[in-house]
Amino acid sequence: MNINLTLIGQSITFAVFVWFCMKFIWPHIVHALDVRRKAIADGLAAAERGKHEQELAAKRATETLHDSKVKAAEIIAQAEKRAVQIIEEAKATAKAEGDRQLAAAQAEIEQAAHRAREQLRSQVAALVLAGAEKVLRREVDAKAHADLLEAISKEI
Amino acid sequence: MAGEAHTSAEYIKHHLQNLVYGQHPDGTWGLAHSAAEAKAMGFWAIHLDTLGMSVLLGVVFLYFFRKAAIRATSGVPGGLQNFVEWVVEFIDGSVKGSFTGRNPLVAPLALTIFIWIFLLNLMDLVPIDWIPGLMGALGLPYFKLVPTTDPNATFGMAIGVFILILYYSVKMKGVGGFFGELAFQPFGKWGMPANLLLEGVNLIAKPVSLALRLFGNLYAGEMIFILIALMFSGGAVMFLTGGVLQWAWAVFHVLIITLQAFIFMTLTIVYLDMAHQEHH
Repeated sequence: MNINLTLIGQSITFAVFVWFCMKFIWPHIVHALDVRRKAIADGLAAAERGKHEQELAAKRATETLHDSKVKAAEIIAQAEKRAVQIIEEAKATAKAEGDRQLAAAQAEIEQAAHRAREQLRSQVAALVLAGAEKVLRREVDAKAHADLLEAISKEI
Repeated sequence: MAGEAHTSAEYIKHHLQNLVYGQHPDGTWGLAHSAAEAKAMGFWAIHLDTLGMSVLLGVVFLYFFRKAAIRATSGVPGGLQNFVEWVVEFIDGSVKGSFTGRNPLVAPLALTIFIWIFLLNLMDLVPIDWIPGLMGALGLPYFKLVPTTDPNATFGMAIGVFILILYYSVKMKGVGGFFGELAFQPFGKWGMPANLLLEGVNLIAKPVSLALRLFGNLYAGEMIFILIALMFSGGAVMFLTGGVLQWAWAVFHVLIITLQAFIFMTLTIVYLDMAHQEHH
């Protein structure tokens, strides 16, 4: 157990080891630890952010869904209203057209009846005239009585 | 080497003798083959076993930690890196808890002290006759496996710490400030001689207590292992008792060697912290 040169040798060895550890070991490991710590912190923050964003998105989605539903209901209501309107309009148009056609047909019928009557009348007049002519041929000068005949045929 | 030719006293002495290399009184250089020869070599001799084991274990420590440091990744760590990181974080926590200043030296210093001393102490758990027996077969007369049972080793480290204490005391407080701390308290400037005496003892006690605490614990532990080993040659009952005792003491010693390494480290941190602090 003599104190001797070993003491100094041990001190030098110690110094060299500490120096090596300080230079080549400690900074590397601490650096790796720091980087990992930061990466984990970042990851956790990102996860938190992601969760928050997801919540926001879910809320937005719900809102959008709600809006869409309201809008869809509105559109359906509008469409129904419009359909009723169109039907009403169609009904009105059809009715008007029917009325118009009815009136036209009635007018035509009237016209045809009128025409037929006129025709009938002129035929009757001609027939009467022809009959009268035959009766009167011998005694009545056609010339003398032409005025009279004319007047009668006009009267008929 | 508990040979039949040895008495118990010789056995113990043999285990407590370092492998000394130095100059014999007749001028030749060589190994000391007896305690008397070793003593005759005086100061200019070295303990090959102490230094050899210190360097070997220090290199083992630095090799593995350097390997982990090179491969250190901020991604998923492997087994070695995991272990190294665990140690580093433990040391870092201790340093942050006890050291208030900012100094990039302290944490690596603490790491080196803790692991190195732990490894040196760990050699105490190697059955005490294995390595000396092996070395005896190789022709070396003595081999003391545990460097921390050699005061040269513990004082060597404590002196390193002491130099750092002095260096940082002077660096942080200036020569005048450091001297003032030693000379003007606790009794004021008229009590300077008493102050110097008290504070001087206080200062010197730091490395001495560091070195002696570690040496004393490990030396005593080693001594108990040697005494237990003596029982092995005392018949079957003694042999079994010795076996049980050795096992029990080894288990207890696991605690001691870790604790001593931790105490040395913590006190170093605390002493350096005191060196960094301005006195109020």
